[in-house]
Amino acid sequence: MAKFITKRLLYSVLILFFVMFLIYVLMYNMPMSFVETKARELASRPGATKSYTEWLADLNAQYGMDKGVVQGYFVWLHSAVRGDWGDSWVWTIPVIEKFNDTVWYSFVLGLVSFIFEILIAIPLGITAAKKQYSFTDYFTTVVAMVSISLPTFFLATLLKYVFAVKLGWVDLTGMQGRDYQFLSTFGKFLDLAKHFVLPAVTLTVVGIGSLMRYTRTNMLEVLNSDYIRTARAKGVPEKKVIGKHAFRNTLIPLVTMLGGSLPGLFSGALITETLFGIRGIGYASYNSMTQADIPFIMFYLAFISVLTLLGNLISDLLYAAVDPRVRLS
Amino acid sequence: MADNKEIKEEKKEDNKENKSSFMSGKESRRITKFNRKVTKKLEADRANAKKDPSLYMTHMKDDKNVVEFDNVCTYFFSDVGVVKAVDGISFNIPKCSTVGVVGESGCGKSVTSLSLMQLLQRPSGQTVGGEIRFNLGDGTAYNIVNTPTSKMQEIRGNKVSMIFQEPMTSLNPVFKIGMQVNEVLELHHPEMSKEEIKNRTLEMLEMVGIANKEGVYEMYPHELSGGMRQRVMIAIALACSPELIIADEPTTALDVTIQAQILDLLSALKDKINSSIMLITHDLGVVASMADYVVVMYAGRVIEKGTADDIFHHPAHPYTIGLMKSKPVVGKKVDSLYNIEGSVPNPVNMPDYCYFRDRCEMQCDRCKAKVDKVGGDYPPEIKISDTHFVSCYRFYDEGSVLGYPETVNVEELVK
Repeated sequence: MAKFITKRLLYSVLILFFVMFLIYVLMYNMPMSFVETKARELASRPGATKSYTEWLADLNAQYGMDKGVVQGYFVWLHSAVRGDWGDSWVWTIPVIEKFNDTVWYSFVLGLVSFIFEILIAIPLGITAAKKQYSFTDYFTTVVAMVSISLPTFFLATLLKYVFAVKLGWVDLTGMQGRDYQFLSTFGKFLDLAKHFVLPAVTLTVVGIGSLMRYTRTNMLEVLNSDYIRTARAKGVPEKKVIGKHAFRNTLIPLVTMLGGSLPGLFSGALITETLFGIRGIGYASYNSMTQADIPFIMFYLAFISVLTLLGNLISDLLYAAVDPRVRLS
Repeated sequence: MADNKEIKEEKKEDNKENKSSFMSGKESRRITKFNRKVTKKLEADRANAKKDPSLYMTHMKDDKNVVEFDNVCTYFFSDVGVVKAVDGISFNIPKCSTVGVVGESGCGKSVTSLSLMQLLQRPSGQTVGGEIRFNLGDGTAYNIVNTPTSKMQEIRGNKVSMIFQEPMTSLNPVFKIGMQVNEVLELHHPEMSKEEIKNRTLEMLEMVGIANKEGVYEMYPHELSGGMRQRVMIAIALACSPELIIADEPTTALDVTIQAQILDLLSALKDKINSSIMLITHDLGVVASMADYVVVMYAGRVIEKGTADDIFHHPAHPYTIGLMKSKPVVGKKVDSLYNIEGSVPNPVNMPDYCYFRDRCEMQCDRCKAKVDKVGGDYPPEIKISDTHFVSCYRFYDEGSVLGYPETVNVEELVK
């Protein structure tokens, strides 16, 4: 076990090295360049003392873009492994600070909708499988189809129209109410929570469909297997057949899928965040990306890569935990 | 009444179109709608039986039997129509004896046993008629057909247990062997302590010939071979000393040496705990060596039943005779083995005469048309000796007629 984990971690470091290099190359060769934009802006200011080319050379040296791809990558890597991720070019504050400011909103949003997704989709999938071809089954199938097909922006707009515009229960956008400053700490928390309801609902509804269908398919397969018939032939009550014998087997594919959603909790939801005016990581990273903010994007993508690799490792470990046939070696 | 006529007419059309294996969307929808109606009604009936024990309590015809199948009809309401998988079968399983059920694939052997356990794939599979009486030993009996699931759960694994044909997939892959054997004891003997249950499990594992019982107790199914798994299945089946063991082709997936071991084991254990075995197989050799009584099934019906001696030495039904002829015999040289020409009729659309007539080499006049007002339809069950029964018109004049298998009109179920 320890050997397996060590080996996987060592591999991960190697993979990370190349992944980050690829990302650096892509970022370096982006059609838009932060330095060029900045140089053009400075050169066109009234009373500018230097020309565009001069500014460009100046800024390139300042931002460390004059070294070429390979050397530039190693310079970035050198400071990154020491924990120095640099300052964000767009936000002009340290990368870590900007990340820390934004990621937790996205994380809470992601986590809440993830938990609700699991709590709703898995029991629903099991019920649908248990009563295959019944009204419940068709109903949940239709709901799942609707949920899969609804674009996020459409659902978000619909929710906003109904609950913010028509009913006026929540604010249209933003994370805080008008009188946020004057609330107590608990009041602030409640106010924040209230503003997160619609985005969380949007994300949950959009995510339920696929997880529900996945659970249903797997449960059906398990329910038709011989060992479920054996369990029934032993006289096991139906509740226990589903809850114990079948569910333990359905867990195997589910765990693999859920382990892989770890990076999703931190990567943010661009469309939802934008529509609801939540200053999350999805929104921040998108803005950084369009303005070629290399330090921020490099940090953000490095973080996501680490989480992806970690998520894979975790799902492998969980897989071995729920399926005795899998041996880690 | 008019409605009924319409249905009948549609049914005729149905048959015509089945022959060309074409089905219109309208047809298909009608069948689906009908199936849903019937199965819903049957499920509701079963749910109602829970409240009223008189609906499923009954008495055995003969107290020496463990199980009596009495004109059992098990149908599948499929998308192409009603499949009469088992249609009016009757036979008994006497106490402490082995009854072999033989027949070709798809003749309804397994469905019969699943009906007895109520393990049919519901709601599409339903026992729609007849009685399966299970002896409770105190003078009363359950009619399994109407018994509610809660009562069935007390019987399954406890009084009737089942060994399936696929040992490789019949054990739950995520639970340890020990737990899987323990479970059946925990369910049916709640008075036993954990310690007692474990001891009993180990004892069972030893009884079925597993040498390393302590080791196997802690193992998962994937760590065992097919033969070992089948032994574990037998241990599970015998743990509660059931009155009846259903062995549904227990050796089909195993190689010949293991087959012999498993069969020896089964018959030795059967005597040890005084239970009966319903042995389902299409291996005549296995039946000959194990069974006291043999039931031969063909296309969902019992065509011949009797003692092993009756069936093997004096087969009466042309199908049984054909089966016996098709066995290879040691020491006898033949160019090619005998086979029965033709194939089983379509189960959705059974003929109204003897199901075997089109393949039969020994047809008599009564098989085709009425002679002295009798014949042309499906032959009745005829008693040709105290133990030997056959459904064939060739014996109509010499034996005594017992009765015809009764089929269930599915349209009448929903009225």
